[in-house]
Formats: sequence, C-alpha cells, structure tokens
Amino acid sequence: MVPELGHFALILALCIALVQSILPLVGAARGNDAWMALARPAAQAQCLFIAVAFGCLTYAFVSNDFSVKYVAEHSNTQLPVAYRVAGVWGGHEGSLLLWTQMLGLWMFAVSIFSRSLPQEMVSRVLSVMGMVAVGFLLFMLIASNPFERLLPAALDGRDLNPLLQDPGMVFHPPMLYMGYVGFSVAFAFSMAALIDGRLDASWARWSRPWTTVAWSVLTLGIALGSGWAYYVLGWGGWWFWDPVENASFMPWLVGTALVHSLAVTEKRGAFRSWTVFLAILAFSLSLLGTFLVRSGVLTSVHAFATDPKRGIFILAFLAVVVGSSLTLFAWRASKVGLGGRFALVSRESMLLTNNALLLVAAGAVLLGTLYPLALDAFGLGKISVGPPYFEAVFVPLMAPALFLMGIAPLARWKQASLPELAVRLRWALAVSFVAAIVVPLAMGHWSTMVGFSMLLAAWIAATSVVNLKAQLAHVPKGRIGARLAQLPRSYYGMLLAHLGVAVFIAGVALVKGYEAETDVRMEVGDTAHLHGYTFRFTAINAVKGPNYTAERGTIEVTRGTESVVTLNPEKRLYIVQNMPMTEAAIDAGFTRHLYVALGDSITPTTWVVRIYHKPFIGWIWGGCLLMGIGGLLAAFDRRYRARARAGSAQLAGAAGLNASAAG
Amino acid sequence: MLRARFLIPLAVFAAFIGILAVGLTLDPREVPSPLINKPAPAFNLPQLAQPDKTISQQDMLGRVWLLNVWASWCVSCREEHSTILELARSGVVPVLGLNYKDERADGLAWLARLGNPYQISAYDRDGRIGIDYGVYGVPETYVIDKAGVIRYKRIGAVTPEVVRDKILPLVKALNGNA
Amino acid sequence: MRKLLALLFGLILAGSVLAKEAPPAVPDPALEKRTMALAEELRCLVCQNQTIADSHAELAIDLKNQIREKLKAGMSEEQIRQYMVARYGDFVLYNPPVKATTVPLWFGPFALLVAALAGLFYYLRRRRSAAPQPLSEAEQARVQALLDSPEERR
Repeated sequence: MVPELGHFALILALCIALVQSILPLVGAARGNDAWMALARPAAQAQCLFIAVAFGCLTYAFVSNDFSVKYVAEHSNTQLPVAYRVAGVWGGHEGSLLLWTQMLGLWMFAVSIFSRSLPQEMVSRVLSVMGMVAVGFLLFMLIASNPFERLLPAALDGRDLNPLLQDPGMVFHPPMLYMGYVGFSVAFAFSMAALIDGRLDASWARWSRPWTTVAWSVLTLGIALGSGWAYYVLGWGGWWFWDPVENASFMPWLVGTALVHSLAVTEKRGAFRSWTVFLAILAFSLSLLGTFLVRSGVLTSVHAFATDPKRGIFILAFLAVVVGSSLTLFAWRASKVGLGGRFALVSRESMLLTNNALLLVAAGAVLLGTLYPLALDAFGLGKISVGPPYFEAVFVPLMAPALFLMGIAPLARWKQASLPELAVRLRWALAVSFVAAIVVPLAMGHWSTMVGFSMLLAAWIAATSVVNLKAQLAHVPKGRIGARLAQLPRSYYGMLLAHLGVAVFIAGVALVKGYEAETDVRMEVGDTAHLHGYTFRFTAINAVKGPNYTAERGTIEVTRGTESVVTLNPEKRLYIVQNMPMTEAAIDAGFTRHLYVALGDSITPTTWVVRIYHKPFIGWIWGGCLLMGIGGLLAAFDRRYRARARAGSAQLAGAAGLNASAAG
Repeated sequence: MLRARFLIPLAVFAAFIGILAVGLTLDPREVPSPLINKPAPAFNLPQLAQPDKTISQQDMLGRVWLLNVWASWCVSCREEHSTILELARSGVVPVLGLNYKDERADGLAWLARLGNPYQISAYDRDGRIGIDYGVYGVPETYVIDKAGVIRYKRIGAVTPEVVRDKILPLVKALNGNA
Repeated sequence: MRKLLALLFGLILAGSVLAKEAPPAVPDPALEKRTMALAEELRCLVCQNQTIADSHAELAIDLKNQIREKLKAGMSEEQIRQYMVARYGDFVLYNPPVKATTVPLWFGPFALLVAALAGLFYYLRRRRSAAPQPLSEAEQARVQALLDSPEERR
C-alpha cells in the first residue's frame, strides 16, 4: 500500500511539474498574472509530493518491505537502521529519487526566497526548473521506478553493498547531489534571463547567492566523498581520477569559474554572455555526470548496475535540455552588450583569465574522461586514461591560475597598474619564496614539487594577508576593530575560501612528498617503527557487528615513552554478501594522520599490517571545509537581503566598498 | 542577428552527443586482443586426461583449429558448452581446450558430466599460458590458421550466432585460401 | 634456585620473543616497492577501473606475481610494460603512450589553453577599443525610474 502511495505521489508530482513548466512561462509571455502566480504554489506542491514519495521509499526500507524490488536489492533485515535509510540512495532508482528530491527542495527554496523578484522572473525560473523535474520524474516513472513490486516478495534482501555501509554513505550523496542539482538554479535564472532577453546586473545579483551556496555544498560533498574513499578503501588514497569522480569535479571547476564570473557581471556588468554560458555549462556537466554514472558507457568503480534503455533516455534528455539551452543562448546572447569597460590589466581581465584557465582545466578532465570512449566509437582501439595523465595535464594548467588568484583580488576594477601591484605584493612574494625553501627542508629533504607547491600555497595565503591589511590602511588604530566588523561577509568569505585553497595545496603537496609506509608481518606482541612512532600489536579479537563478523586488532602507538593512541583496525566479513572489508584505523592529528590497516592473516595471531604516516593529509579536507564555509559566508552576505528589501534593480557599474572588496 | 561564435558551443555539444550515442552501443569491458594476426603464443602443456602426454600449438600446424579456454568453475563456460559441443560434433573444425586454472579432477568430472567437445584439452594449472594468450575473462575462444596465426578471438560465451556469422565463415575462408 | 633462574631466564626469553621487531611482510621490500609501483600503472582487466595493485581479483594477483618474478629475473619496468601490452593491448596502461591516436589526448589540453588565451587576448583588445555602449531604451527607462523612486531621493 505504502509503495503504491509513493508511486502515486510521483505521478502527481509529474502532473504538477507539467503544469509548473508550462503555465507560468506562457503567463509570463502574455502578462497573465493568474498563470504566473501558479509557479510558487506548484513548486511547493511538487516538492511536497516528491517528499511523500521519498518518505514512502524510506518507510519501505525501514520496515523491510521486500516486496519492493528495489528494497529487496539494496537492504536486509540485519542492516542497521541508519544504513537502511541511507540505502534509499544506495542504487540507481533511489539515488535518482534523491536527485529529484534535491531539485524539489531547491525549487521550494526559490519559491520562498524570491519575494523581492519580479513576478515574470520567478515564473520563468520555476518553470525552467519544472521542466528539468519533468524529465527526471518521467525517467523514474518510465525506466527506473523505485516502487516496482517483486512478486512473490523476497524473504530477505540482498543487502546494501558493504562498501556503502559507512557513515560516509549517509552524508556524501545528499551533499553532493544538493551541490550539483543546485546549479540548476543558476541555470534556470540564466534561461529565464535569456527568455526575457534581459541579462543585466540584477539577474546576476539574484542568481549569485544561489550559485555560491550550490558551489559550497558541492565542495563539501566532493570533500566528504574523498575523505570516505580515504578510509574505506584501505590503501589511503584520496582521489583516483575515476570517471565518476571526474563527473563531479568538472561541474565544480566550471562552477568555480561561474561564481567568479557572476561577481564581475554583478559589479561591473561585464561578461554577461560568458556568465550565462558558464551557468548552462555547469548544469550541463552535472547532467553529463548523471549520464556517465548511469549509462554504462564508462567503467567506473562507482557505476550503478546499468541498462541501455536508461542510457538512451538520459542521453535524449541531455540532448533536449542542453541542446535547447545552447540554442537559446546562440539566439539571444549575441544581442547582449558588453557592459562596463575595462583595461587589459584590471581585475576584470584577471578574473576572466582565471575563468579561461579553469575552463581549460575542466576541458582537460573532460577530454581525459571521454577520450577512451571517443577512440572506441571511431573504432581506433581501446585505451585507458588514468591518474598519470590527469596529473600531468591538470597541474600545469592550474598553477598559473593559482598564481593569478593571489593578484586578482588586489587589482583594481577597470584599470590596474602592474608596477603598483608589484610594489604591494613584493613582500608576499618574498614570504612565498622563503616558505618554498624552508618548508621542504624543515620536513626532512628537498623536493622541487613540494617547494613549488609551497610557493603557491604561501603566495595565496600571503596575498590574502596583504589584502586584509590594505582594507585597514588609513584606519586609525582605535577603529581597527570597528573596521573589521564593518567589512562585508562576502569579503571574509572570499578570503576564507582562498585560504582554503592554500591549505588544500599544502596538504596535497606535503602528504605526497613525505608520506611514509611500512608493510610488516606482526605477531601479537610484535612492534614496528615508523617515523618516530612505535606500533605495538597487542591483541587480535573476534568481534561481532550487527551484520558482520570481524577480527579487531589492537595496536598501541607510543612515541618515546609517551603513549599516543590505541588503534583498532578491523577486517570485517559482511555475512549476507560474504564480502570482506578492511576497516582502517586512523589517528587524525592536526599535522599528521597515523593510518593502520590489517592485511591478510597468516596465522590467527599473525597478520600483515600496513602502517602509514601521512603528514598534513587532514589539511586536504580542512582546506575544502574552509572553501565551503567561505562560500556559505559569502552567499549569506547581508547586502543580498538588504538590497532585496530595497527591491529596486541597480544598474551595473555601482562601485563602492563591496565592489572593491568582494572578488 | 545570430553570430557564428555563439553557435560553437552548440556544434561542439552536438558532436559530444554523437560520440556518447555511439558509446552506448559499445561494451566498455570488451578489450580487443593485440594478438590478432600474430602467431599463437607457444605452449607445451600436459594433457588434461593424460598427464604424462603433452600438447603444443605446434602439433596443430597445417590445420585451421579452435582453441577454447574453459574451466569447471566458470559459469559462462556452461552456457556456451552445448554450442561448442555442437560445433565440435559437426566436424568442421577441430576444437582444442585449454583448461584454465582448474583442478584436474574437477575438469575431468565436468567433461564427463556435460560431454567432451575437445579433441584434447591442455592443462594450464597456474594460468601462465592463459596470460600469454591475454586471457582475462573465461571463456575465450581463438581461431588459429594453418600457419599458427591467431585470426579471431571471442571473449565470453560463444553463441550459435557467433558460430554462424563469425567462426564458420572464417574457418571456411581460411581453409579455402590454402 | 636453579629452577628460579630457569624460570627467570624463560621469562626474559618469552619477553624478548613477545617484543620482537616485526619483520617486513615480504622478504624483499625493495622489490615489492618496484612491483607495486609498476602495478599502480596497470589496469586490471576484469575489474571496474582499478589498478592491478589495488585489485584482489585472481588475475590481478597472478599479474602482480608475474611482475615480481620478471623484475627479479632482471627485466626492466619498460620491458614488463611491453610484455603486458603484447598480451592485453594499450588498454592495460593507465598512462597512455603518445602515438598517432593519442596525440589529441596529450596535446589537446595545451591546444585548448593556447586557443583560450588567444581568444581572451583578442577579446580584451577588441573590448578596450570598443566604444562605450549607450544604454538601451529599457535601461534608460529604469534609470529614470530609479532616479524618480522615493527611496533614492531620500
């Protein structure tokens, strides 16, 4: 009964989505207020019905309703409740429902926080989002119904893949989807503006906070996924350039470009058609990612069980959505004016250069991801493209972008002067060089890779300090606190996000340059040494989890005479799928992680143990966290609310404090 | 009013869709063998049924033959078995087996139970010869010509369609040319 | 007394046995390091996009053993790569070799970069010389509206 209710709710949601995508749009074109007024309630009702469907599927999972095929395939009575809930998005159909649910929530949010927007704009935005929802709801109902019944019902489910039975599974997919579905808002705003034929600064200001929130959440979502891979896969890697990772990384790169380009469009009215293009591209890449994961065209460790029918549907959907938006773009964007003028050396041109670099980097990732497919499609053989390629290509493209990242926030809008910038940045440059030389030597030995990375990391950090100092120049001593409080949140958000990049780079470089590992054969009582730490294998016990049995090792870590931590790595055997899993134990310190994983057992008391010392690896995710927080801080800047209240569209070119501060 | 450069993204995207559409028809896991048109790698292995006798690819020189890699633990081998049996019984082409990473007793029992299509099965206990042949997904089937050159490789179960459309015409052609 | 001594001796012995330094998991760690480094670059054919090093599939283990044996026998990394390519094709290499069919792959990103920078430069130069855009009629109207709005007059 409940599954049918869910199914019915999806059908209703589809009906509402159809209404939402047609009437408000037509209403906006004809000036029919009643039709336009439908947009908000329709969006809210649609979100509600999707939530009902989502709730029904969750209920089916929690109540172990194995008469639902999807539940029988992805759950089990032994599965702890938290993972039964997460199991909702453990497979293709449910994760699609999650996708649609996120879209519903974004629509809902737009309908609530858009009171100050002109009615036509809201109608068009929600209508475009409604169209996207129509596609996904149709897809679910036609080819991926999560509520399909299984007759006769299974006695028990086949269980959730043990790799997914992890807290990471609870948080990572919702975050990630929320991020990349969030680009649908920027996309819808762009479409609405193109339909309207008016791409102005107000359009940029409206879509900017939405885009920044989506970008921040995507950043956090990707970071969560990477952190999860790090401890669950048992060999301590954190990024594998797998096609599915790339599928989430490409929208991130383009989204990063979009966030910056929107800033210019808002402040200076420039790059309008470029910004629209980026908004289309960011969302298109999200859709492409969805296609890649679900169509089976690429092999990936993350791929869902695939079905060619689904591939054809998503491809057709992709073609319709992206094709029509690019057609609209070609038709309308060519009429858009250039906006505010600026010189060859100016903050605008630097931001545009960085945009280009980010886009080229995204292009390189796309090329590497799809090249094997293209080669095969032309019948020219099969190749693999893996981490060596991506590292060789990506790093040189990003290095100049990181360098510019230090300069651009200090450059003036319209026209900047290189000599003046050089003067302002000379000590930042000096600090960076010192860091580049001192840090590698302090870590033990010289490495050019580390030196260069530290140069960039320190450069970004030092220029941020210079920037903050510049904000305080000519402020009397007693007023510094007041001045700091006065600076807009978006400014601090920018500083924080940029610092996050610096922290991230430092983490990546230091762990790559200085990580140490040892593989030892340990009998109970044995010790091993790594990087000044003593690891003593004191016990191995059999333990029983809710749906697995495990051997749990106890390893006491000491440094000199001082006790550091006791680690408990496990080797689990998940009973239903009879699948072994390595559960690494990690002592996460600020400057290093100690990572211990059990390998194979040689005798019941003798195990192969792999021990890593990973310096500064936590900074990788710490950096991402800073970026995410920075983004959120910027998105919730007061001025969006203040101006929203004023309700009047200001024309491009408004300079002032915000303009000179936000980047 | 349309300007050409604004159409570039649309054109690039159309090309993408084309490639992705073709991609949907391909199997990303099927890897073509670099051994096609190369001499079949040499082996000299004990026979499955008679451990004291050996078999080598040299023994088949001058004949067009099939080498079928199989194992008793392999599920798809069972699936293709009736097809292989039928092909062998038709007498069009001699079929040799390569029993891959199997227990001898299991392999023999499997053949006794399901029927033995192979003139001889070579016994590749440690899978070393399998590696030389680039075997990665048992079953695999090779068509080898009179000069000992690999002409065709099938990865996965041989179906009656594959026999009809690929193997038989190829065998006929290879026999006719010499 | 003797018994006690023996016991004590036994305890010390037991203690020393218990506290012994764990031996490396493999007899030759240097060889293992080379083996794994090479295995990291090779794709496991039966897996879903995993390296031979990461995979626990039987074929991956066999191939790791092959690499180890061949390194031990004195073959170079490059020779072993050739050995793998001869059997499984370029597909096994995660680091695709530069050849006619991979030229666009390897040089594409840099071609893209050059194109992007050229386009950018062209755009910026053109833009600098472009005349300032007059406001459109709609924009004019809104400027007027803004100027007239009570909030702005305040």
